[in-house]
Parts: sequence; structure tokens; C-alpha cells
Amino acid sequence: MLNETDGSPINHNSIAVKVTGLTRAFGEFIAVDSIDLEVRRGEIFGFLGPNGAGKSTTIKMLCGLLAPSSGSGTVGGYDIATRSEDIKKNIGYMSQRFSLYDDLTVEENIRFFSGIYTIPAADRTARSEWVLEMAGLRERRSALTRELPGGFKQRLALGCAMLHKPDILFLDEPTSGVDPVSRRSFWDMISGMARAGTTVFVTTHYMDEADYCDRLALIYRGRIIAEGTPGELRQKHMQREVLEIETDRLVDALDVLGSNNIDSSIFGSVLHATVDDQMRAEQKIRERLSSAGITVTRIEKIVPSLEDVFVTLIESA
Amino acid sequence: MNDSAAIETTDLTRSFIDNPAVDHLNLRIRKGELFGLVGPDGAGKTTTMRLLAAILEPSAGDATVAGHSIRNDAESVKEKIGYMPQRFGLYEDLTVMENILFYADLYGVSRRERPPRIERLLGFSNLAPFKDRLAGKLSGGMKQKLGLACALVHTPEVLLLDEPTNGVDPVSRRDFWKILYGLLKEGITIFVSTAYLDEAERCMRVGLMHKGRIMMLDEPSAIKRSLPGSMIEFGARNARAAAGIVRAAPGVRSVSVYGDRLHVLLDDRAQAGHVRNALDVAGVGVLSEREILPSLEDVFISMVGK
Repeated sequence: MLNETDGSPINHNSIAVKVTGLTRAFGEFIAVDSIDLEVRRGEIFGFLGPNGAGKSTTIKMLCGLLAPSSGSGTVGGYDIATRSEDIKKNIGYMSQRFSLYDDLTVEENIRFFSGIYTIPAADRTARSEWVLEMAGLRERRSALTRELPGGFKQRLALGCAMLHKPDILFLDEPTSGVDPVSRRSFWDMISGMARAGTTVFVTTHYMDEADYCDRLALIYRGRIIAEGTPGELRQKHMQREVLEIETDRLVDALDVLGSNNIDSSIFGSVLHATVDDQMRAEQKIRERLSSAGITVTRIEKIVPSLEDVFVTLIESA
Repeated sequence: MNDSAAIETTDLTRSFIDNPAVDHLNLRIRKGELFGLVGPDGAGKTTTMRLLAAILEPSAGDATVAGHSIRNDAESVKEKIGYMPQRFGLYEDLTVMENILFYADLYGVSRRERPPRIERLLGFSNLAPFKDRLAGKLSGGMKQKLGLACALVHTPEVLLLDEPTNGVDPVSRRDFWKILYGLLKEGITIFVSTAYLDEAERCMRVGLMHKGRIMMLDEPSAIKRSLPGSMIEFGARNARAAAGIVRAAPGVRSVSVYGDRLHVLLDDRAQAGHVRNALDVAGVGVLSEREILPSLEDVFISMVGK
């Protein structure tokens, strides 16, 4: 692959983040339980899991904000146990509650963060323009941050986290509460950064967003329970199958399936049922629905969503 | 499903200083329907919810909710609906049970009706084991369920939920939707707003709202089929680098990168060849190519623009 900005090759085999046996306990509670992770340079790596699964604790350890109880790792080549100051200089971090100053303008916020990241005075103007361009905020540079629409705030926060041009970017649920149009332009911005060689380590709740990532790891109760590209997760880890069922009576059909212990949900005008064995389940579904006087017009197997995969993995963990 | 309306709005409008937040809304929601109102921040979703909950007066137009006018009979509307705003007023220093009892008082649920009703609410929300826990000690997903239980304590006919799963993880979100399905069986009409289009696919019908207006209203599958042009998924080893090349190819309306795949919206299926050529010329190998159904998000973004 070529780097879009200067045409130089990006070495995808070099490693941006590597941890082995990483563990963090709080008293008796083991928040992160001996996890292994490897993130390649220039990759968008999605770190998924329900609330309280250990996502934020892991990110804090990787960013040098929290010492591991045991295990080891490197971020950008620096040891997380001994070189946390070097790590902090080489990473960008944006949390769900990013700390922009609402009563400063866009440009003043950028200037403020330039000070924090000790960007040399000679570079500040150029760096500020670069951030404004990347975030699509040129025309709004003098707007008060408080008055920016939600999606622009997110992009400003991301821009501020990139001011010192870090090699690795950690994003902790960056799109929480952001609307669809803004979310997509935010992901375009992230994708552009990855194309320019930045490694992006991102956590999200939203499974449709996980599809933007090159690779994913799913953490649950402090352990990694699955890992791979979105395609691999759909194929390898989805042992169950999803059937789409079209009937003449949606809610009644849902009720019948539910009382027969077939896990199903409404999707628009059809039902999706998660089953172990397509042949047997399909026969059972047809029988039960028809004996309840419900007409089945179609049953077919569909590609499971990442959310299907995720929920199935967690329920069987 | 009954074809009579649970909610019907007629040119419902609400302006804040000349600025219409909700602009001549005409909606008809059937009894027993699960309806999704979808749109970006500031589209007017919350204002619509508050109008339907009869806690905000319309500037013009009217709405009938559960048979009563929000303009002339707001009190009757309030008795017939359950409303869960984005920040539902749970008392964090009260237990789960105490919160439910508080709302039972507020809605004037009689002493005699309380025990069976509360038992059912605790049952379907899976909160029974936690009834003595302080609300402040519940997880985000459990707080949402408690909010829902409180909004249902007076057995409303219509349930209005304003972005109920915002910030809730996928497993809890599924649980929450299961609870909603259970309510549908009892004939309750559910009107839910969400900023998440994958979630909107679960609704029977969806209205896409933008700048105070409904731009499209239909079943999710019909909305997806309505997107003009053709969505092609290209698999490529270095998809991200290829995005710029594809954007410049003729007939390409938009490109999104998903890991090792590109979703390319073309004016016409026949133009896929141009994209393939452009990628070949640039030395980017195309591994796969197939037509896919656009997502609700694709439709939405193409309608409101970037």
C-alpha cells in the first residue's frame, strides 16, 4: 500500500500496539484479565464490548495513564510500564467527554491545545490550518465552540487530539450521541487519517460502526472472546444462523416464536430469528406458525449483522 | 393490527422565535404500531415528542393522541400516554421499587391495582432481583428499563420514547427492544425516536425527519429500495487508498470505506465497469464485486447531504 500524502510505502507489518498477558485488578475485581493484542501500523482497530467489559481500563493502560497489575506491552515501540511519558508524546487521545472549552472559539481552542502539546510557536499557524482543514472547520474558525452543531464539536475534539501529529490515536467511544450524518463524516475523517498512516484504536458501542474497522477484538468480562476482520467474525464466530421470516401477522408470529423459545426480533415488516440449525428450525417455525393459523410467505437465511455476532458471542461466553 | 389511528397529526407546527422546529407535520400512526422517528440532532424529534406528550403547545395545527386533542384536552392525553424523555427523572437515592411507587402516586394508580401491576413491570423489565437496589447504583441499561417501567405504571395506550437507548451497549439494547416487543403483544402503540439507523430497522415503519419535516415515511425495506441508483460493494486489498480513485470515476455519487470493502453509490449499475477500470489502472486489485441493498443510513445521507 502507498501512503497517499507522499507515496512512500506503509509497512503494515510493523506493530503499533502489542500487549501480552495484560492484566489490571482493582482489589478483588479483575477488570482486564490477561489479554493479548496486536495492532498493526496504519490500521483501524475496533475494540468492542458492553459497558464494564474492560475497554476503558485497557485504553488507560495503553495510554500510560494506569499501571498494569501484570503483563507487558509496547505502544509505538515504547514499554507501557517504563516509558509512559514517551507514549503520551506519541499518541492522541479523545474520550467520550472531550474537554473543549465551550466559551472559546474554534481557533482559540486549537491555540489552547497547541500550548498544552507544546507545539513550537513557528509551527502553530500551519498546524492550526491543518486541523481546521481536516475537520472541515475553516468557515467556522471564529464560531464559539458552544454554538457548534454536535458533529463539528466531535471533529474539533479529534482535530485537537491530532495537533501534535501523533502516530497512534486512541478514541474512546468518540461518536456517542452523534447523529448519522455527522457520524459518517467523522468516520471519513478517521479513514483519511488511517490512509495517511496513523494507527487508530477505537472503542464503540455501535456495531454498524465496527464495519468501518480493519480488525476487531471483542472484550467481555475482561477477556478477549473473539478477534478478526469484520468478515472473519461473521463467518468463523457466528455458529448460529439468522433466518428472515415473512408472515401475514407480524406481532402474533413473534409471540408464537417467543413461546416456542425461538429467539426472534421484528425488523420492519419481517422477523429475524437466531437459530442453531437452519433445516430443523425452519421446519419447526413453519409448523408452529401454521398451527397458529399464521401464513408464512417466505423464510430465508440472511447474512448476520455484527450485532448478531456480538450478542451471540456474549450470550455463549 | 387495528387500522384505527393511535396518533394523528394535522399540520402540527411548533416554532421557537420564528424558527419552525416542527414544520407542518402530518403523521398517522396505527394502533399497535411500532413507529420510529429518525433524524440528526436538531431535526425536531424531541420537539415532536414533547408536542405529542402534550407538554408543549403547538404554534399551529393539532394532534390527536389516544383519541384526545393535545390542544384542547392535554390532561386526557397525559393520562393515556407513557412518555420517557431522554433524561428520565429517576431518583437516584431511591430504590427501584420506591421509584416505581413514586410514579404510581404521581399517576394516581389506585392502591388496589398496584401490587399486580408492579409485579408485572418488575417481571418484564427483569428488575425483580434488583427491586431494593438504589437507582443510582444501576447500570445504564438497567436505568433505561426502570425508566420504562415507571413510564408504564399507569398502563398507557401510547408509549413515547425519546432516544431510549442512547449510550446503551448492544446487549442491553437488545433486551430493551425485547421488552418493547412484549408490549406490542398487549396492543400498546410505540413511538420511538432514535439517531441510530440500524436500530430504526427494527421499527415497522420509519419516518426520516430533517429540519422539522418528514422527508420520507415507509417500511424500512421500502425506504432502502427507494434510493435511486445502485449500491455496489467492491472488495479490495487496499480499499482505503482506493477510495480517492473511485470518487473521481464517472457516475460515482458517494464512496464509503468499510475496512477492506468500498460501498460505492452509482447513478447506474452499468457504471461499475468504470470503477473497476479506474482501480485496475491505479494498480488496486478488485477482489470482489456485488450489488447490495443500501442501508437506511445510506438513504438518509443521500437525502440530507453531507
